[in-house]
Amino acid sequence: MTLQEQTVPADITVVERIAERGGRAGSIGDVVFRALTFLFALLVLLILGGVIVALIEGAWPALRTFGFSFVVTEVWNPVTEKFGALAPIYGTLVTSAIAMLVGIPVAFGVAVFITEICPLWLKRPLATMIELLAAIPSIIYGIWGLFVFAPFVQQYIQPAIIDTLGQVPGIGALFAGPPLGIGVLTAGFILAIMVLPFISSIMRDVFETVPPMLKESAYGLGATRGEVVWQVVLPYTRIGVVGGIMLGLGRALGETMAVTFVIGNAHRISASILQPGTTISASLANEFTEAFGDLYRSSLIALGFILFIITFIVLAIAKLMLLELQKRAGS
Amino acid sequence: MNIYTRRRIANSVVMTLSVAATAFGLLWLVLVLWTLLENGVAAITPALFSQMTPPPGSAGGLLNAIFGSVVMTLIATLIGTPTGILAGTFLAEYSRGSRFGEVVRFINDILLSAPSIIVGLFVYEIVVVPMGHFSAWAGAVALAIIVIPVVVRTTEDMLNLVPNALREAASALGSPKWKVIVMVSYRAAIQGMVTGIMLAVARIAGETAPLLFTALNNQFWSTDLNAPMANLPVVIFQFAMSPYADWQTLAWGGALLITLTVLFLNIGARALASWSTFKQ
Repeated sequence: MTLQEQTVPADITVVERIAERGGRAGSIGDVVFRALTFLFALLVLLILGGVIVALIEGAWPALRTFGFSFVVTEVWNPVTEKFGALAPIYGTLVTSAIAMLVGIPVAFGVAVFITEICPLWLKRPLATMIELLAAIPSIIYGIWGLFVFAPFVQQYIQPAIIDTLGQVPGIGALFAGPPLGIGVLTAGFILAIMVLPFISSIMRDVFETVPPMLKESAYGLGATRGEVVWQVVLPYTRIGVVGGIMLGLGRALGETMAVTFVIGNAHRISASILQPGTTISASLANEFTEAFGDLYRSSLIALGFILFIITFIVLAIAKLMLLELQKRAGS
Repeated sequence: MNIYTRRRIANSVVMTLSVAATAFGLLWLVLVLWTLLENGVAAITPALFSQMTPPPGSAGGLLNAIFGSVVMTLIATLIGTPTGILAGTFLAEYSRGSRFGEVVRFINDILLSAPSIIVGLFVYEIVVVPMGHFSAWAGAVALAIIVIPVVVRTTEDMLNLVPNALREAASALGSPKWKVIVMVSYRAAIQGMVTGIMLAVARIAGETAPLLFTALNNQFWSTDLNAPMANLPVVIFQFAMSPYADWQTLAWGGALLITLTVLFLNIGARALASWSTFKQ
């Protein structure tokens, strides 16, 4: 099917010209159908616009009351109605950073295995299984994290960390405190498992775009598989790999239920990543329906607005990078 | 040690790490599914499907929550699917190369990955606040907003795979463009489009965050779409976080039910896609 590959836009091909010239009975139908699809495409933009307007409107009382100090204050006190977003913002960034530190190398390993090492018959089932990790709903990771993973971490992993890394001068404070099981580190780790399939499937897709000729030339010169990956595949797909990572980051930043279960929901910033904390989305999930008082509710919406801005920027960068790669692959 | 040995060792280290990473990833899938089966199977009893969510300390089931989830997922799919298909049709059939189409595509991809809790906040502001109370309608609207970008994306991708020769043949016979799209393009792409809808349903079946502030929860049987309605994810959230053993067991049962549904839809969608007429 060679015609399939032609890049001529469908609406200026023969189709359109014939339809225009001979569009007797169909012309009204065409106008109506085109307008209908156009309206629904417009709706996609309206949803995004609506989200922005609704969030700003809801957040306005809090932003007017606290001004810029909202973003840099740690206090979160519903009784005295003093609210600051610093602790949840900090928690969101730290859990996502942990998720990326763990998730990126693993995702890279998975993508390399699937594209370079794996026998052909295993490729599809394996890729599907990794992608099923993304299909499992967030709340399932939450309940599993709370009842299975957190107790395990408390019993085995955290004591080991406290006894080793916790004793190192300088960075020891990062790993101090009693082993609670739940906390920032546990939340970050579960996030890593959740974003792994998103990052690895993009990496896999972009690795597949490397022209076989490039890889074969390297192999022909005697390069090992590892060298081909590091020196041919990775440089060629760098921008797509970064795009995939940003996409995973966007997911990690906004992930709600899994984090809500295991982070402990404490509105404070602890030096130690073993201690409970909170994230923007976990604060919203926990407190929103019980938030009495307009200022309290508005402060929570303001948190949501901040989260929206951060994820929008991250996802937009991810998208632009992947588009760039697509353009380059096309040319 | 000569350079060849060193390179060979470096290579085996990289390859071993890559195999280890894959095993590590699969390990979590197995662990999560195993725990779910271990804890959930005991909770799957006839009572689970025939009784209401109980107060703490007494026996019960999840009937009202299962009903609520099915109703809201159904309404969300009924709203989201036609919307998504029409918008996707515009992108694939009318806007190739146009600036407006590019913007819509870009925004749609961002909505696709945007945090679902933000959607909950949005629907709270535009539906719950004006109505003055939480309702199943609000929950369904929130889920529909999550369905739309998924369906837009798959519809556009699938229509793009339809060979232009098919469209040209239909046009040459004198069909107007709308007829070409409905009778030829849709028919050729139908499997892929259904796949997209199944994936969208799988996505919302387990969504919790957007329902927290929209449908809320309801301990009783309710078919009133204007009132808060029980739903599986929120019930699981509430029951799992509670200190009561009965509630936690029900939460595991619900979790197993949702996961099986979602995995079934996902695997079904993949199977359907692999039979699809046109491949990339």
